[in-house]
Amino acid sequence: MRLTINGKSHEVDVDPTTPLLWVIREQVGLTGTKYGCGIAQCGACTVHVNGVPMRSCSVPVSAVGDGKITTIEGLASGKVLHKVQKAWIDHDVPQCGYCQSGMIMAVAALLKAKPKPTDADIDASITNICRCGTFQQVREAIHAAAKAA
Amino acid sequence: MTAIAKFNRRSFLVSSAALGGGLALGLRLPPFGPAVVRAADGSPEITVWVAIRPDNTTLIRAVRAEMGQGTITGLAQLIAEELDCDWSKVEIEYPTPGQSVARKRAWGEFSTGGSRGVRQSNEYVRKGGAAARMMLVQAAANEWKVPASECTASNSVITHKPSGRKTTYGKVAEAAARLEQPKDVPLKDPKTWKIAGKPLKRLDTAKKVNGTMVYGTDLKLPGMLNAAIKDCPVFGGKVKSFDAARVGGMRGVKKVVQVGDSGVAVIADTWWNAKTALEQLPIVWDEGVSAKVSSADIAEVLKAGLDAEQAFVGNQAGGDVKAALAGAAKRIEAVYAYPFQNHACMEPMNATVRYTPDKCELWGPTQNGEGAFAQVLEASGLAADKVDVHNVMLGGGFGRRGTYPDDYVRQAVLIAKQMPGTPVKMIWSREEDMAHGRYHPVMQCKLVGGLDASGNLAALHMRLSGQSILAAVRPEVVQAQKGRDPLSFQGVFESGEHSFSYTVPNLLIDHAMRNTHVPPGFWRGVNINQNAVFIECFMDELAEAAGQDALEFRRKLMAKHPRNLGVLNAVAERIGWSKPAPSGVYRGLAHLHCFDSFVAAACEISVKDGNKVKVHRIVAATDPGYAVNPAQIERQVAGSFVYGLSALFFQECTVKDGRIEQTNFHQYNSMRIAQMPKVETILMPTGGTVWGGIGEPTICVAAPAVLNAFYRATGKR
Repeated sequence: MRLTINGKSHEVDVDPTTPLLWVIREQVGLTGTKYGCGIAQCGACTVHVNGVPMRSCSVPVSAVGDGKITTIEGLASGKVLHKVQKAWIDHDVPQCGYCQSGMIMAVAALLKAKPKPTDADIDASITNICRCGTFQQVREAIHAAAKAA
Repeated sequence: MTAIAKFNRRSFLVSSAALGGGLALGLRLPPFGPAVVRAADGSPEITVWVAIRPDNTTLIRAVRAEMGQGTITGLAQLIAEELDCDWSKVEIEYPTPGQSVARKRAWGEFSTGGSRGVRQSNEYVRKGGAAARMMLVQAAANEWKVPASECTASNSVITHKPSGRKTTYGKVAEAAARLEQPKDVPLKDPKTWKIAGKPLKRLDTAKKVNGTMVYGTDLKLPGMLNAAIKDCPVFGGKVKSFDAARVGGMRGVKKVVQVGDSGVAVIADTWWNAKTALEQLPIVWDEGVSAKVSSADIAEVLKAGLDAEQAFVGNQAGGDVKAALAGAAKRIEAVYAYPFQNHACMEPMNATVRYTPDKCELWGPTQNGEGAFAQVLEASGLAADKVDVHNVMLGGGFGRRGTYPDDYVRQAVLIAKQMPGTPVKMIWSREEDMAHGRYHPVMQCKLVGGLDASGNLAALHMRLSGQSILAAVRPEVVQAQKGRDPLSFQGVFESGEHSFSYTVPNLLIDHAMRNTHVPPGFWRGVNINQNAVFIECFMDELAEAAGQDALEFRRKLMAKHPRNLGVLNAVAERIGWSKPAPSGVYRGLAHLHCFDSFVAAACEISVKDGNKVKVHRIVAATDPGYAVNPAQIERQVAGSFVYGLSALFFQECTVKDGRIEQTNFHQYNSMRIAQMPKVETILMPTGGTVWGGIGEPTICVAAPAVLNAFYRATGKR
């Protein structure tokens, strides 16, 4: 099976029912995308497939087809950070950081769909769990990233 | 501080090592010779907390765990402050417990819990930084043949004032490392701090926004295999049998192994293949004596404790409670209950172990490197010089990754022992993590209060009935206290870092210990969570019975508790307590003294359809004595409300057939961004001789403040 991840093509030999998350982590070796719940509740595994945010723990790899997958490792353009990553650093958002790859991917997708999200837009779209409770900084950083656009 | 200090002691090994050790500055480097100790990259160590690279980079050593709470950045600030080094060129290095044991515990305490990270190591790490500065300055003075008193240091540069000559820490580090460490090491007045006390950014953010930070689950070692594990779902149960042949031929499976008495693991090429096979593996359990226990059974046992004859006294500040209650003009009674709760760290429990008969190493997230070291030592059966533990970034901790018997560290070693020479990474599924937590203790409380004719609180009896964490985790502490668990009284204790913050003429607070088969653990805040709910909700009930304002009623009992009064007044003023709340909005407040900090919260909520709560505002005040990084404190305070309110609104672990019923976040939810208002943090450190904690204290006032507002909105508790 052939997958396109962060612009690179990867040949993987897996059971087609394997969740995309575990193919990314264990076959391709990109571990920035995290396992949190395995049932699409927490969002730690969020990646983009053709620009759309997906909870990769609950997407069988066979369903991706020739879709273009972007993970946290592929969000920056070379050494230039994505505006969301930059805002995250400026606002010192992460605490333990384990959920933040998924959070950042979800926010990057939101800003693509709604470049100037309101608080209500954020509330409706960002449903990732963060047990450290970084939400205050997440919200500030989303607005800052939107302004930077 | 006595209660906490006592249960720091853990394994026989670490304790006996401590006898020969002491704090960092016990270490004496000989003045000459080849005895310079070096960091991993060869840089000379000045003191155990500081090594300096030739390029002038400062390597600050850290042994406390970083789980998101910012402790490592805070400790580095304290060391850098006294060292006067260039903050832009600071890096962190983590010595291992094995290295520390080999050097007679040169780095002291590794355990990171009880909000102790900064407050209980601040002095010796600051001295480690200050001593290093003195040695670096002395080395430069020696080179220039001038008195050290004529030299100053700033930003990693040493200047000889009279001549204007300058050199850097990097240039004199080798010579400084050969000097004897000074004995008399004065510390700066916190009022003069330039690095500590400032809202600096964390040191570990860059890797957390691009996917490169390595957590335990991300570890890769050459030739590594992966393991998925299932432990008997009924606590105390055992494995009866399992049919390995049924999954032996499945994709990627290498081996199926029993783990201790109660677990079975599948080892495979990938974790996904291991987990898939484990789900197909037929396992027969001997579920043991607790196989039929339910939450209702546990509640019955606790209920009986509320009126039991025997109880351990935690606070008896004077008077005769029984007589005073009997003679009270008005008697008020309430019973509250607090459930089991799982920590639910975002990163499930995991550890990676490579075992050979000559060496056993563990890589994994732990809040207590030395505790993990002792467990690896015991489970591997090897000698101390053949064992080590390498800490990695923790994907959350909240007390779950402390040292508990028969936990994930031991499991990982027992698995790797069955694959000698091959590193094996064991990861729990979320379902396993929910089934095998170390749960917030279950507790009930009966409160009886007596008001005199003028509505003053004349007598209070607070009877706790429920589980003791220490009885399960540190039984020797309970034994030393003749059966009492002093931690059960956190926030209402007779004295110390968790002392009660009211003066009541006739007072009795006691605990009927009722332990269950469900293993308890230190859950962020530990026993302050339930104790704050019990006492602060009851204070509102008493105030109402007395016909008094909840704030005024409390204030009358707090004349001898000025710092609690300080934070309580601060939140009351900020929320606008003296003015009416907006229409349809209701207020509540709460406060406590815990982990040597003084904390209070006030909130505004509205309630729709009887029970749908919207939190509009939260104001939180904290007086921790000293504030090492105000920006990180603000984040800890805000985060503690997410954790505490998630627990209030969504989180209860119930027991059926001896096991926990909730399996994942769909049944054990956590607050999302939409549900969380901004937390207005008031940081009001008032100095003094005692440093208070930050990671936990404010969590305990979240629930009672909201519950008190909820009562005002609905008339229900």
